Amino acid sequence: MDRDTISIKGIRDGLMVTLGGGELAPLVDKLAGRLAEQGQFFQGGQVALVVGERLMGPAELEAIGALLARHGMDLWAVLSKNEATQEAARGLQLGTRLPGSGSELVGATTMPEKGTELPAAVRSASDEEQPGVLVRGALRSGRRVESTGHVVVIGDVNPGAEIFAGGDVIVWGKLRGLVHAGAYGDQTAVVCALELVPTQLRIAELISVPPAGPRDKEPVPEMASVRDGQIVAESWSPGYRGRR
Amino acid sequence: MTGRVITITSGKGGVGKTTATANLGVALAQLGHKVVTIDADVGLRNLDLVMGLENRIVYDLVDVIEGRCKLRQAMIRDKRLEGLYLLPAAQTRDKTAVSPSDMILICDELRGESDYILIDSPAGIERGFRNAIAPADEVIILTNPEVSSVRDSDRIIGLLEADEKAAPSLIVNRIKPEMVEQGDMLAIGDVLDVLMIKLIGIVPEDEQVLISTNRGLPAALANGSQAGQAFRNIARRIGGEEVPFLSLERERGLRGWLKRVVGSR
Repeated sequence: MDRDTISIKGIRDGLMVTLGGGELAPLVDKLAGRLAEQGQFFQGGQVALVVGERLMGPAELEAIGALLARHGMDLWAVLSKNEATQEAARGLQLGTRLPGSGSELVGATTMPEKGTELPAAVRSASDEEQPGVLVRGALRSGRRVESTGHVVVIGDVNPGAEIFAGGDVIVWGKLRGLVHAGAYGDQTAVVCALELVPTQLRIAELISVPPAGPRDKEPVPEMASVRDGQIVAESWSPGYRGRR
Repeated sequence: MTGRVITITSGKGGVGKTTATANLGVALAQLGHKVVTIDADVGLRNLDLVMGLENRIVYDLVDVIEGRCKLRQAMIRDKRLEGLYLLPAAQTRDKTAVSPSDMILICDELRGESDYILIDSPAGIERGFRNAIAPADEVIILTNPEVSSVRDSDRIIGLLEADEKAAPSLIVNRIKPEMVEQGDMLAIGDVLDVLMIKLIGIVPEDEQVLISTNRGLPAALANGSQAGQAFRNIARRIGGEEVPFLSLERERGLRGWLKRVVGSR
């Protein structure tokens, strides 16, 4: 992770907010900005704050907790390699490791300082272990399906229906409603549908709207994914073998 | 007798629920059935106007519920057709004066002495709509071939599904064949593509309806009206008859249009 940046990722137990290096104040401002923009996607999430070596006192942690609380999120853990920070977190009744991760997260997690891969225990929301939702039958206008994991619909998704998924969205039918895959920031999430004509399609923080006007060609199954910072839809080809 | 309770609803306002209820009531009564129409639009009653019975209202639905009169006293007999009755809504109250269980009780009482009970639902998805669908054995969704109407109908169907009601059937009202032909209006196939329920009627846009509505004389009573004919056909379909859909098209492109309109499913 570069200096002076923050990242928000969906993980199995909610969200992981990672603070980069550098001064704390601008980072908190950045976080506040991101939350103001996208806070609605994160609402109700519990947050693990990853701070690396940074030394943080109880007051600083509380301030971040309060900021998250204002956006309907709950700070429940602080992952740090700094013992004083861990101590401060424990003093505030916050966790210092992710459940199921053993001790390695506390000690051995290298903070992703420079584009390193996430530690194995901190999975993206779209991995196989995520809870998923399977919906049989059409999603009509006014229905909303949410999952921190994947969403699969066997049937059409009509205009006016909404799907929010931390992971991928697969629609065995016509997708005409609003869909948000990778809703916690996972840009590797994809959206597949037998007919992909959503009102609006979002992946992570990207939003796209399909071209207006009737399509003249026969509908074919398509998959939308993020490529070079843009959402692109391509006809599904049998050769596809999972994430790049 | 065990009357069937059929609610006519649409979500969106202004698509023709009240007119359709009046016309279906007339058409079913013409077939010799005993029919009670109920105006569930408390506070914005209209069914009495469309049926031309406004000046005969003494008691209304809310009077029955609050015990000021017997159900039979509030039922207005139609002046033209034997076997057609109206239970009017109260105009000076609102939807909260009626509860879903009130509607169920009233319909259960009516079931014993009528063949059909048609409920004219108010627009919206709130209390009035809930009241209207609570007693329904069947629901007819009325939609116009127009995106906002179809969208609202879709929402209604979703709500009915969530309520575990039997799958509703569909009437597409106020279709203009020539506009469909020019691609300016949704075709029946487009509507069915979204709503995915059984079509039981296509009613063309017809000036006669407006005229007869203003006169309190439902179009189904008149012979010359295409819309009236469409409603009479729907009434027969409700009764279980197989009636082919009207060929609404003008002289040109007759067959092709019908194919596009009906056969695309």
